[in-house]
Amino acid sequence: MPETLKLPKVTIHFAGDSGDGIQLAGSQFTNTTALHGNDLSTFPDFPAEIRAPAGTVAGVSGFQINFGSVEIHTPGGKPDVLVVMNAAAFHKNFQNLKPGGIVIANEAGFDKRNLKLANLDVNENPLDHIPSEYKLYRIDITGLTRKALSELSLGMKDKDRSRNMFVLGFVCWLYNRGLEPILSFLSEKFSAKPDVLKANVEALKAGYHYGDTIEAITRYQVEKAMLEPGEYRHIVGNQALGLGLITAAKKSGLSLFYAGYPITPASDILHFLSRHKNFGVKTFQAEDEIAAITAIIGASFGGALGVTATSGPGMALKTEALGLAIMLELPLVVVNVQRGGPSTGLPTKTEQADLFQAVYGRNGEAPLPVIAAESPSDCFYAAIEASRIALEHMTPVILLSDGYIANSAEPWKYPKASELEEIKPVMAYPNGEYLPYKRNENLVRQWALPGIKGLEHRVGGLEKEDETGDVSYDPENHERMVKIRAKKVQKIADRYFPLELVRGPEKGKLLIIGWGSTHGSIKVAVRNALAEGYEVGQLHLRYLNPFPHDLAKIISSFDRVLVVEINNGQLIKLLRSEYKADFTGLNKIQGLPFRAEEILQKIKELLA
Amino acid sequence: MSTDEQILTAKDYSSDQDVRWCPGCGDYSILKQMQTVLPELGIARENLVFVSGIGCSSRFPYYMNTYGIHSIHGRAPSLASGLKSVNPDLNVWVVTGDGDGLSIGGNHLIHLLRRNLDINVLLFNNEIYGLTKGQYSPTSEFGKYTKSSPLGSIDHPFNPLSLVLGADATFVARAADRDPVHLREILKKANEHKGTSFVEIYQNCNVFNDGAFEPWTDKRQREENTLKLTHGEPLIYAGGKKALRLNGIQPQIVDLEEAGEDDLWVHDEKDPTKAYILSRFFDHKPSEGGFPRPFGVIYSEDRFIYEEAMQNQINKAVETQGEGDLDDLIRGKNTWIIE
Repeated sequence: MPETLKLPKVTIHFAGDSGDGIQLAGSQFTNTTALHGNDLSTFPDFPAEIRAPAGTVAGVSGFQINFGSVEIHTPGGKPDVLVVMNAAAFHKNFQNLKPGGIVIANEAGFDKRNLKLANLDVNENPLDHIPSEYKLYRIDITGLTRKALSELSLGMKDKDRSRNMFVLGFVCWLYNRGLEPILSFLSEKFSAKPDVLKANVEALKAGYHYGDTIEAITRYQVEKAMLEPGEYRHIVGNQALGLGLITAAKKSGLSLFYAGYPITPASDILHFLSRHKNFGVKTFQAEDEIAAITAIIGASFGGALGVTATSGPGMALKTEALGLAIMLELPLVVVNVQRGGPSTGLPTKTEQADLFQAVYGRNGEAPLPVIAAESPSDCFYAAIEASRIALEHMTPVILLSDGYIANSAEPWKYPKASELEEIKPVMAYPNGEYLPYKRNENLVRQWALPGIKGLEHRVGGLEKEDETGDVSYDPENHERMVKIRAKKVQKIADRYFPLELVRGPEKGKLLIIGWGSTHGSIKVAVRNALAEGYEVGQLHLRYLNPFPHDLAKIISSFDRVLVVEINNGQLIKLLRSEYKADFTGLNKIQGLPFRAEEILQKIKELLA
Repeated sequence: MSTDEQILTAKDYSSDQDVRWCPGCGDYSILKQMQTVLPELGIARENLVFVSGIGCSSRFPYYMNTYGIHSIHGRAPSLASGLKSVNPDLNVWVVTGDGDGLSIGGNHLIHLLRRNLDINVLLFNNEIYGLTKGQYSPTSEFGKYTKSSPLGSIDHPFNPLSLVLGADATFVARAADRDPVHLREILKKANEHKGTSFVEIYQNCNVFNDGAFEPWTDKRQREENTLKLTHGEPLIYAGGKKALRLNGIQPQIVDLEEAGEDDLWVHDEKDPTKAYILSRFFDHKPSEGGFPRPFGVIYSEDRFIYEEAMQNQINKAVETQGEGDLDDLIRGKNTWIIE
């Protein structure tokens, strides 16, 4: 019997060719790990090409999972375990592996052909030169999978496609994970293809049982996490965002109309919503990004919750229509799942460089609220919050997510629908003369829906006369309207909850401010810094425009402020233009999330 | 459709805004015909929405006492698509022009047509950019001298009707501002059609492109040059003196006195091939040896409409999966409990 070693947390990196099914293996390992009760965080990292040249370093697809019995906030820094299907995957990732870590390698992926494709010396198998401190499992995954499936009538190519299940089975054995969740996933996914289902199931089981056949090996156990008691599920960011939109529609008593044009990494939101038509969701795959946003403006004029999601290049195309929505003062939620830019940039990599675009990127004086989601599960709440602001303040809202949280997974202590607050759209009812641009105490105009007698009115992109909404070229009216629109957006901050630090003392030497997906990495860095006795606090901003009123007070309670962003310094410039403090930026622009150690190192440097 | 007992008149559809087109603009006539036709159609004001883009024609919604949106350049078709999708009971009209609908918004127009939402599109074609003061448009003729083409335009113009037939439009018609009776008839037919109706309206811009349509609208020329289409009737024109015949797919002009009424081309608005041939009566004016320009309904087809198909999918999903339960959705399929 192999010994079992208990570990508080483990980081595994799966890597292989982009046709090797790495994302599927990773997400299924995540699925069973979530059901095992661990806390976890994942990070899929794949090339923009669907099938990049096979066997090359450019074609390597990766999936990292960090799971533990302790709290997990990031997908982990350097992995403890590297699972590689070929030489290119090994070559790309080995230098990141923790010293003394585990390598699980598909021997068949290190033949001369694969070594050549990876640009390595064909006469030197790098597996032969791994220092002895590392633990190496050389497994002929291809051969063993073929052997396990020898009875099946599938072609060799199809059999080889089950290799990912073999290795997944082995890793599940090594870390004592149950196969049940994976088996039920496979039965559903391949219900129409019994041959393929059988191949996947057999390969998975063969991989698991392979563990029992090798000698003197250590298995590992990662106990359930001590998370807050409650009911949990596993959630991916884009899925949470879609859930949040359906929830917001229900909570506001409106129907959801979602229009989108396919774009990485936002398309999954369209996929998700189009599968939930029994919630009355109408999805519209538009002919382009502009059609997507103008269709939702039309839907919003008609009384639906109009939503579109896109990424940077699509946002650029939507800017004129955003200006129209600002002028029409109609509710709209526009989601930007950010990716590396500019232009086409890095479609499958993450970045936070569209903040300026969100806050400023329109012609004219065109302010609108901007909020950001901080984690996969937070995409759910952020989508509801964006919808609430849009509907209760009659304004387009930009919700910023990014490629990292969009595709990452974590356990989620999900709420009951009844625990979520209702959303109250500001509706107009026929009652004497209707003035389209008459406002309430929050400077919000009323939403008058076509079909209602007595509320007939015209809106448009030309400047509006105050209250009547008639076309006006009057100079003073224009100045007044520009200021009203600005104040209306500013007043949204009156309704925020008080701002609280994520962790750390209320006063101190260093305040770390982040926004969006850096939340987890900063949290770990600050926890470690506090443990080492540094006086640091973490503040994470959901609201990027307008800023919360109490932000000034918090900033002034610290000697210095470190602003952490996956861009070349955007929030820091917004903060500098509003607040006087000693700001320093920590910026990473590599298409990758921050590792907590990188932030901790900066903290130490600043407080040295 | 009317929800009101009260009988409405053209005046009831007119808003309190001053109409700001140039004096003598063809847009006035189109506005008047629309306001005249609506009481006859009995559509309640609150169920009407006019959606436009940018350009002279796009000011139209401001003058209608109905719901309306004056949106951004070229995007009225997609805006109207979203609106009609969420409220299929509305009667939605898109008012656009040759620049708005065929240049900056050409993409949205063709996609609206293929999807076939029940929306009426009126394209005011004046073959010029009016609001920007006189540049050539995508329908301006080759060689046209304008502010932006001082040596003559080198752009080959769109044939709007062939273009929309190519996009599988289910209702295609042509009318003119100077023929109000016919225009009203076409507006009514466009409204009756279930699906996207496309109506090209020749509209004279008396400031920047005066007389562009004279061969077809001028009293002295129009008889020889135009062909009024009536479903089921032979294609006779020139005051009954001339007619058209099809030799295979080749159209021929025949002298009625010589040829008699046998074997004449009888208009069948359900025939897409013949509709396309009619749409090609475009390249040459009759004075240049071309065919007479057809006015009326060139093509009309019954095809499923998008917003109904959209609703049907929802109904079917509810039928097979049951109405969505929010807690079930949030919970998902796999959960675990931490105690």
